[in-house]
Amino acid sequence: MLKEIANELTLTVRTAPDKLDVEVTGGYASDLLSRVMAKAKKGNLWVTIQAHPNIVAVASLLELAGIIVAEDVELDPVTIEKANEEGIPILTTEYCTFAIVSKLAQLGVAGVD
Amino acid sequence: MKRAKEVTRVQELVYELKVEQAMTGDVVAVTPQTLMVEFREILRVNRISGTPVLENGELVGIVSIEDLIKALASSELEATVGEKMTTEVKTLYADEPLIQAVGKFARYGFGRFPAVDRQGKLVGILTQGDIVKGLLKRLEIDYHEEEIHRYRASHIFEDIVADEAALLFRYNVIGQDFTRAGEASSKLKRTLSRLGINPRIIRQVAIISYEAEMNIVIFTDGGELVAEVRPERIKIEAIDGGPGIPDIEKAMHPGFSTAPEWVREMGFGAGMGLLNIQACSDEMKLESTVGVETHLEAIVYVEGGKGDAERDSQ
Repeated sequence: MLKEIANELTLTVRTAPDKLDVEVTGGYASDLLSRVMAKAKKGNLWVTIQAHPNIVAVASLLELAGIIVAEDVELDPVTIEKANEEGIPILTTEYCTFAIVSKLAQLGVAGVD
Repeated sequence: MKRAKEVTRVQELVYELKVEQAMTGDVVAVTPQTLMVEFREILRVNRISGTPVLENGELVGIVSIEDLIKALASSELEATVGEKMTTEVKTLYADEPLIQAVGKFARYGFGRFPAVDRQGKLVGILTQGDIVKGLLKRLEIDYHEEEIHRYRASHIFEDIVADEAALLFRYNVIGQDFTRAGEASSKLKRTLSRLGINPRIIRQVAIISYEAEMNIVIFTDGGELVAEVRPERIKIEAIDGGPGIPDIEKAMHPGFSTAPEWVREMGFGAGMGLLNIQACSDEMKLESTVGVETHLEAIVYVEGGKGDAERDSQ
């Protein structure tokens, strides 16, 4: 469950707090959106340092469980607005992508390959 | 500041719904002459925890189970409601949004508020439970409406009598507008899911339309995305007014991109877009005339296409 992951890793829930009761089917990490489009699967948790509104479109089209924005990159206000509209949870963390992915792996979130 | 924008559907409804849509309109009321012992019976029979007090139709006070408990403790059950009630009544207007009520519950800590019309006449009573019930009911209506949309749409081809039928959806895509980029694809995806199309097919179409839309946004001054839906296949076309692609073969090469640096920093221009489109299409055609236009056509078969074979695992 995304909620448990958020609690365990003390991620800050920035959008769609009512959408955290979802099963996470795996994880994918990349900052190149077309790579994400090609590889990430439904229900995956996506780790990135992109914070512009288009990440919401990507997550919504792929029906991802949520987005973790690493290194506390500041979210664009439009990103927040859109994510709430689309019901996509965005969680932020101070850790870098590598660090948060290794923590996710310890919790049993597996890569999609 | 940013927090203000984080609005959920329930928060939205609290602004949308009026007090009168959540309140109980059929109000059980007592008069100042009612005895506390009678008031106890009224609470018990109606299974409520308080009532407004009316004298000649005028709201003069409010009396609750708390007043009853106090009267019980001091053995004053023969006292009148008029002696035990709260006379400084805080009310709500029936036509104000529920958010006002939420604010007053938080501020005063009362269990209920009488609702009055603009002439001050009592028209209902609102408890916190009524607010929750009102919101749930409204959410349920929203949900049903969405279900009905879905049902109607998914039967549309069965209801159409024609030798050939197709639905056409056209979306404008604004060039260089990265804030709205992806909206056309999102709308198309929502439309297709309302039509009851297989989720695997929708996913393929979503990837195709997203990549095509992003190409229009990144490289052109604008264009359009058109989806033609037939029972057996979906055709997606992306048409723009140039600048055009000088070497299509090169453009199809993995990793090749002409996107400017600032666009790449946002994660676009990975040189994967056209490949993603090709991977998700059963047929793909790309034509371009430099300085004139680019026309992309991608077809996804609903049955017997990629969606049925290799994409089964998704």
